[in-house]
Amino acid sequence: MDFWTDLLISILQTLISPTTAAFVIAAIGLNIHFGFTGLMNMGQAGFMLMGAYGFGVSVSYLGLGFWPALLVAILAAVVFAVILGIPTLKLRGDYLAIVTIAAAEILRMIFKMSLLSDVTGGPLGIHSKEYRGPFTELSFLPDGSTTILGITYQNNGGNDWWVRLVAWALVLVFILLTWLLVRSPWGRVLKGIREDEDAVRSLGKNTFSYKMQALILGGIMGAFGGIVMTLPSSMQPDMMGRPLTFNIWMIILLGGAATIFGPLLGTLLFFIVRIALTTVAGEFVPREVLSAAQTEQLAWVLVGVALMLLVIFRPQGILGNKKELSFNV
Amino acid sequence: MSNEQNYPYDRAALRAELSKLEQVPGVAKPDPILSVNHIERHFGGMTAVNVDHLEVQRGAITALIGPNGAGKTTFFNLITGFDQPSNAKRLIGGGDAAWSFNGKTLNRTSASQAARAGMVRTFQLTKALSRMTVLQNMLIGASDQRGENLFIAPIKPLWAKREKENIEKAEELLVRFKLDAKKDDMAGDLSGGQKKLLEMARALMSNPAMIMLDEPMAGVNPALTQSLLEHIQALRDEGTTVLFVEHDMHMVRHISDWVVVMAQGEIIAEGLPETVMSSQAVVDAYLGAHHDKDLGDDDAMNTGFMRTIATEIADEEQEEVR
Repeated sequence: MDFWTDLLISILQTLISPTTAAFVIAAIGLNIHFGFTGLMNMGQAGFMLMGAYGFGVSVSYLGLGFWPALLVAILAAVVFAVILGIPTLKLRGDYLAIVTIAAAEILRMIFKMSLLSDVTGGPLGIHSKEYRGPFTELSFLPDGSTTILGITYQNNGGNDWWVRLVAWALVLVFILLTWLLVRSPWGRVLKGIREDEDAVRSLGKNTFSYKMQALILGGIMGAFGGIVMTLPSSMQPDMMGRPLTFNIWMIILLGGAATIFGPLLGTLLFFIVRIALTTVAGEFVPREVLSAAQTEQLAWVLVGVALMLLVIFRPQGILGNKKELSFNV
Repeated sequence: MSNEQNYPYDRAALRAELSKLEQVPGVAKPDPILSVNHIERHFGGMTAVNVDHLEVQRGAITALIGPNGAGKTTFFNLITGFDQPSNAKRLIGGGDAAWSFNGKTLNRTSASQAARAGMVRTFQLTKALSRMTVLQNMLIGASDQRGENLFIAPIKPLWAKREKENIEKAEELLVRFKLDAKKDDMAGDLSGGQKKLLEMARALMSNPAMIMLDEPMAGVNPALTQSLLEHIQALRDEGTTVLFVEHDMHMVRHISDWVVVMAQGEIIAEGLPETVMSSQAVVDAYLGAHHDKDLGDDDAMNTGFMRTIATEIADEEQEEVR
């Protein structure tokens, strides 16, 4: 197969991969926090950790079924949001940023502790075969494998079509939910809080409660993102650290904060551009000039440059409305 | 929340009744809507507010005047829950600060609860929700919206009817405040004066029993001032109690039924506009001897007036020399 077909297929594979879907879901949650409510959550990865481990540990260690384990994951995210929110949501916005990034790091450290390796697997994490069973059992797909557009995966088991189906269905559900909420009076109050909290308070709205609701809702979406991300292969604490949070932030700014489809478009572009860059550079730039590892790093450098250009020339993101720009420089 | 039992308003009768009162700080009103008992606020060693007793008459327009830094805005913040009195009742220990609105004690209520009780305020520095349209700004002011509940919000039929009513009401108000043409513009694009209007219109969305305006006229052009005055009077005629802070003495004299004067955190005088404005204490603390002369007016610039001022300045200089 020639180079361009390979590239196209690898782009297609990335586009439908569960990891991409997980990024979209987490970004939709962060968009509720930042785009619509103005909450500077710098610890979205912490919510993803809560979701992933809440689900994984419930199945592998406690032996719970799929739905109870999912409930545990959601509750874990809710508890995390409440613990973060109570001390910080009454303060100025920046405090939330400091506390969330610290809390997410603390969580990662806790899950990494070798003391807990019986439960969380410590730094090695948990392999998906330990917690995937109940999820695979829910599948209605027949056994075997399917090829669509030259991409072949198993139907059920491991990195399969079933995860992809569920992951993108979730993306659809969360986009729809966001749309329904944002057009409602509830969404209007959130935007009001983003603009001027005191004004909204003076109009009789309990802003603390609304901010908490937004933090919890976006956090639950983050938790789903964490589960989706870890279903195909395994979960380790370091998968969901600061870089992940920052990438999700970049996705939001790229796609356009406070838009419905911004997180989706941002994620797709983020992955396509990186894949295309590394593949094209790997093919056409001689090894002596750039090694494979270096192309990967160069891609990240270009991502950084792109982010700077974006903030300078199109601060509202690709889909954003200039008048509603959320990232003011 | 809403004042369906409209207060029977008759300005002459109300004024007659108010004029029977003894015009001293803290005097009891025939029918107070807001009653404040001893609230204090200290910032470090400075006492910003120290109000012993104040009652605001229901259905009247009460003006709160005083020099800059007198504590008027802090007083607003305290009674609307945006700030806590230094002598507030706390979990352990506590003070004697107490105030009630419409028979409801507001000692420990938050700003949003105070607003829901029917006491809606505006801000000296306008707080328009910039990246939302004018109409959205208005709609957020409406009360009792089921659609503001997270679990009801996704299902539009449950809140669509209320939303429609609110939109109609908002459009009506926008017409009254001459903002209807700007309905779909971002609030951030309005001029300073228009933001003031928007903020006032927004506060009216919930039919408050009392509206508290913090310098509604600052930065508003004369034509608009006139229409704002009319709006405020119309509000009162509909039964809304108005408490406002203002530096424009013409306006205060023109529309207020009762004037409260603050200086250095304390209420130094209250009474009918005419009486208060001629009181020596108020003139000394705030108005200045020439408050009723228009410095920009040709008439006032005549030689006689200039001579008076020149003599006074010379006198003062001599005193300083001595």
